[in-house]
Amino acid sequence: MFLINCPYCGERDQQEFKAGGEAHIERPKQPTELSDDEWAEYLFMRKNIKGVQFERWNHAHGCRKWFNMIRDTSNDEIKAIYKMGEKPPSQ
Amino acid sequence: MRNKYSVFSLIKNALSYHENWHRAWKDPAPKKEYDAVIVGGGGHGLATAYYLAKKHNMNNIAIVEKGWIGGGNTGRNTTIIRSNYLWDASAGLYDHALKIWEGLSQELNYNVMFSQRGVMNLAHNLQDVRDLKRRTHANRLNGIDAVYLSTEEVKKFCPIINTSPDIRYPVLGGTLQRRAGTARHDAVAWGYARGADAMGVDIIQNCEVKGIKRNGDSVEGIETTKGFIKTKKVGVVAAGHSSVIANMAGLRLPLESKPLQALVSEPVKPIIDTVVMSNAVHAYVSQSDKGELVIGAGTDDYVSYTQKGSHQIVEGTLNAILELYPIFSRMRMLRQWGGIVDICPDASPILSKTSIKGLYFNCGWGTGGFKATPGSGDLFAHTIANDEPHKLNAAFNLNRFVSGDLVDEHGAAAVAH
Repeated sequence: MFLINCPYCGERDQQEFKAGGEAHIERPKQPTELSDDEWAEYLFMRKNIKGVQFERWNHAHGCRKWFNMIRDTSNDEIKAIYKMGEKPPSQ
Repeated sequence: MRNKYSVFSLIKNALSYHENWHRAWKDPAPKKEYDAVIVGGGGHGLATAYYLAKKHNMNNIAIVEKGWIGGGNTGRNTTIIRSNYLWDASAGLYDHALKIWEGLSQELNYNVMFSQRGVMNLAHNLQDVRDLKRRTHANRLNGIDAVYLSTEEVKKFCPIINTSPDIRYPVLGGTLQRRAGTARHDAVAWGYARGADAMGVDIIQNCEVKGIKRNGDSVEGIETTKGFIKTKKVGVVAAGHSSVIANMAGLRLPLESKPLQALVSEPVKPIIDTVVMSNAVHAYVSQSDKGELVIGAGTDDYVSYTQKGSHQIVEGTLNAILELYPIFSRMRMLRQWGGIVDICPDASPILSKTSIKGLYFNCGWGTGGFKATPGSGDLFAHTIANDEPHKLNAAFNLNRFVSGDLVDEHGAAAVAH
């Protein structure tokens, strides 16, 4: 349990948010040309890092906007938060 | 076995004030080379080593464990054992385990306190009723004992459940698997460790894997905090940390690691003599032999390796427990903890070879791996020894995420992921 600084609403309790998994997984530009291996990679394979990980979060019980977060999964410490479409800040 | 436990050994050792019991397993330094190394000294890893030695005559093997054996999820789960899964592949896998559980204490000469007290799964809405009836039929077609109970029968089997139609999620019925139950989780780890050790397996604790050495597409050995160990076969049974090990080998897995919480109450006199699970309101409860209520909560939705979890998850579970069991309203909770569970997209495990020769993964058990411990070890040992899966774990290969042949057990996982 931790606090999350929503880029639109400010600091709120984590239970207002929904985790959306690993960030920056790009939807295939030409899905019809993808092999089964590439589909598996896109749909299922995850980095699942112990340490600093890039994630998407949604302020589900607030403004309902999506944003990105850099978080250390070994201690739940949030390193940075940035809006969708923005480049990740250098740490 | 060197020191068989029996009533006579108990009497003999009582005469010497229990000061002369032999160590249940040794504490060896790692050798330079093994025929196979198991990474992870939890129940599944210890069972794998045990069956490798027992059924496949591989005695020159080791288990490396970064902490102490049984100190991870083996010591953190709610000890529920059942096999009432929906699909044929899962039914085969989990009932194989349940059959081994039924003779495990005798086989290991170690009391794992396996108690077939039954597991009841409750239905709280019409879809639950349809799903659970379907699952009951599927189970019976697979030779797994299952009965569907009406609300009155649920009440009769476990009288403390509140079956009033006026509660928020009324009990509309449930399923019962009588062969299901619980076991003592530490004893399972210790029993397998003792059995494996007696057959020459080296159990190396406080030994963390730091890297996997490859020669092209084959495994050559592992780097550990106790030095390099040469081996051609590595079986990874690292639960929540499977992805960490996979990353060392340059392998990608379809896993996400999340905290799953459980808690126990103060000990009280016997009040609930079965296991009751409810997927819809997300609560399950049983009573340990010490008298504590053992309560399981859900997973958090974010990746974390912290073994903590969020407070609101526990609060939600206790709300559900109180509505279903008003009698527990004044119980005090003693301890709460989290374990890191590795969850697959289809809520089924992976027991599989990989694209790297000699590297095998047993992971993805998610929130329900304890029940499968003996079967998982047996089948994974078969996979490692023969470099081919057993027919019971063939469906649980890593390639199913490419072929699309998933084993979707979200419904029967009993805890919504």
